[in-house]
Amino acid sequence: MSLRLRILAILFCLAAVKAVADTPSIEHWTTANGARVYFVAAPEIAMIDVHVVFAAGSARDGDRKGLANLTNGLLKEGAGPLDADAFNRRLGATGARMHTRTARDMAYLRLRTLADDQYAEPALDLFTDAVARPRFDEGAIERLSARVIVALKRKKQSPGRIAQDAFFRALYADHPYASPTDGTEESVAGFKRVDILDFHKRYYVAHNAVIAIVGALDKARAKQIAEAITAPLVAGEKAGVLPEITAPGATEKHIEFPSIQSHVRVGLPGMRRGDPDYFPLLVGNHALGGNSLVSILFREIRAKRGLSYSAYSYFMPMAQPGPFIAALQTDRTQQAEALKILYETIEKFVTDGPPTADLAAAKNNLIGGFPLRIDSNSKIVEYIAMIGFYDLPLDYLDTFTARVAAVTAETVKDAFSRRLDIENLVTVIVGRTGAQADDS
Amino acid sequence: MKSLSIATLITGLAITAFAVAENRTQEYKLDNGLELIVQEDHRAPVAVVQVWYRVGSSYEYDGITGVSHALEHMMFKRTEDLETGEFSTIVAAKGGRENAFTSADYTAYFQQWSAENVELSFEIEAERMHKLVIEDEEFAKEINVVLEERRLRTDDNPQALAAEASRAVAFQTSPYRYPVIGWEADIKNMSADDLRRWYDRWYGPNNAIVVVVGDVDPNEVHALAKKHFGPLAARDIPPPKSRPEVPQHGTKRVTFRSAKAKVPYLIMGFKAPVLAQAISSVEVEEWEIYALDVLAETLDGDASARFQRNLVRGREIASEISASFSSSSRLTSLFSCNAVPREGTSLAELEQAILDEIDALKKDPPSVEELERIKTQVVADTVFERDSMQHQAMIIGSLRAVGLDWRLKDTYVDSIKAVTRAQVLEVAAKYLKREVLTVAYLLPEEAS
Repeated sequence: MSLRLRILAILFCLAAVKAVADTPSIEHWTTANGARVYFVAAPEIAMIDVHVVFAAGSARDGDRKGLANLTNGLLKEGAGPLDADAFNRRLGATGARMHTRTARDMAYLRLRTLADDQYAEPALDLFTDAVARPRFDEGAIERLSARVIVALKRKKQSPGRIAQDAFFRALYADHPYASPTDGTEESVAGFKRVDILDFHKRYYVAHNAVIAIVGALDKARAKQIAEAITAPLVAGEKAGVLPEITAPGATEKHIEFPSIQSHVRVGLPGMRRGDPDYFPLLVGNHALGGNSLVSILFREIRAKRGLSYSAYSYFMPMAQPGPFIAALQTDRTQQAEALKILYETIEKFVTDGPPTADLAAAKNNLIGGFPLRIDSNSKIVEYIAMIGFYDLPLDYLDTFTARVAAVTAETVKDAFSRRLDIENLVTVIVGRTGAQADDS
Repeated sequence: MKSLSIATLITGLAITAFAVAENRTQEYKLDNGLELIVQEDHRAPVAVVQVWYRVGSSYEYDGITGVSHALEHMMFKRTEDLETGEFSTIVAAKGGRENAFTSADYTAYFQQWSAENVELSFEIEAERMHKLVIEDEEFAKEINVVLEERRLRTDDNPQALAAEASRAVAFQTSPYRYPVIGWEADIKNMSADDLRRWYDRWYGPNNAIVVVVGDVDPNEVHALAKKHFGPLAARDIPPPKSRPEVPQHGTKRVTFRSAKAKVPYLIMGFKAPVLAQAISSVEVEEWEIYALDVLAETLDGDASARFQRNLVRGREIASEISASFSSSSRLTSLFSCNAVPREGTSLAELEQAILDEIDALKKDPPSVEELERIKTQVVADTVFERDSMQHQAMIIGSLRAVGLDWRLKDTYVDSIKAVTRAQVLEVAAKYLKREVLTVAYLLPEEAS
């Protein structure tokens, strides 16, 4: 068959795509003091990944914006009997890699170590100390606060990051999701050691923890590891439910910035993890702005008109509805045109529903591409940590492709019309906007 | 469609540290000169296919900088048998993820998808290897996308602009002075004919390396490669003219003032030889390159390395700091140190502190403990990196694209293990000299 004919066969044979990957078999249990554990055995590579996730993200900051992030960052700055120098020297000697990160819902620590006990035991001991016995030395607090403040200043160089922060503020107003995870220069400068100790004591507790383990170990060893990590934690209490979201209403916010490009964000509060509309919204958005080089937004804004290097949209599902974000960046002289196309494209999609070919392309890509979602230990450990953290069913991965397949143009149109109120879109533009756009 | 600078892609140990004792790797060469390297990895029913061309911004010359990258963009448009955009439609329809990247030394294209689609990869990559159609109208739109990309990555990013200026000063005659994405004026003045000529000059099976990593049988992949790439005729592709960097005879300095910058930034680069030169010349020994890699790790391998221990902690004068060495680039490269100071510390103070750390290694070698730590981490990282097929393929392709043997990825651990404390001291003294240093200061300036 010629290439031409084969291509036609591919494009019109919509049912030909099927997922062939075996989904990982997830084991789940709870530790003696109440931490939830998720485990997948992956014997092929002699290494172990451990992620410990706490509901201790910046949504728990209260009035002290950036406290969750600073607390989490300090976990690597000395623990148990070891100061930062000694801790990192010992960790380095094991070959293991440890990372911390804070998002709005969650704060986590990740460890990747060789499976061999000679390395894994000391690495896991250090990791356990970092989780449960951080020192929060005054010197480390001052140092990390000062570094976060420099990073916050540096963020003000980036129109894209300014736009993202401003978009969350516009979307979430007084809700804890409104603030950036790293806080503000003023707030971070004011933290006292006692604030950090209190935060750690409240949120870094067993009932507020999810542990995900993937690697070359059996369940018995995984149980030992999970018990060892959580044993020094107090049982404590799960963090409370975050406040409900209030719809913001249509707004358009311009932020003056001396950049050549205008950075645009358009959207609304979108959906929760485990949302009943998750699959129609996921699949619909994949057609609209998620299916990288072939999505509708990419086609309309970049391929047809050359207006932006990137043009995309996504839902960020969170504990409370995370945002739906459509974004682009373009030379300010083209801003009006690009924004007009962006609005029109979203509006048409919501009003008319997904075009047949785009919906089919989105479903085929999600289903055919499913094996790529679980083709490495890093991806699997992230999935099971997410499943655990948001209490998703253990068969989430097993049923993924069938649930994508079940999505129809009608269910997408129905979900988008209910969930994406185009009359109330929030728009944020960072760049040389308004009157000052005319001066040069 | 990213433009990666060689420095961000290949930072010393991170990329070459890889060994795959358990994963069989086979190499083949077709009659038309196309190289095929296949590595089996049966952990998941997927594969990555990468097609590398030996061309990038270091093959370019004044007036057409960025042409390799612009051509990379047009490779997603039309061919004789595929309509505009159809390439990506096919990949997406089969569940694939695709992209491409251009660096100073190479241009590479890839698809990741179910292993059964390897043949389809070959079919469509063979198509655009010799049947690309660059249409004027599509080019006119796409060059605007490239300009937007430059604005996004560089023109609106003061650190990137300063780094670009610093690189252009560090290299006097070497084409490494060009930004991968090209100078703005060159992008604006580029024509579709420039791209057509570039495509005709460099694209052909005898300048291509195909790398496949995944759940495949190497001999079957070889048969498929013969079927789809085999019929393509080898083309006359003479190697690029040699444009070596002239010797440097003193520290060069760049001051970059920006009203957009909010924090100062320090960029330091020492000219240093690379693996490709050590292998092809008698003036540089191969161990020297590995010792430079260990030197970079001594300064900045992890949170216990000297920069973090002494400058972030210790003296508390750096807020962010890194050291890196791109040992697997094609031409004389840079041993780089980049840093953001703590508030209250000047760039001059931070520069001096970095030089002090380097000078200390010219007097006393790293400790036994430091060297042990680095060697343990290299061993561990080689295990960890087996988790990513894409990463494995990147290492193979990036080595072959600059003419290095892909087996270096397997011997790398032993080469690093063989480095002695005295050798680290020796290369610090020999290469990290003020005469070959370029220093750039990015200084925030109040908008007038």
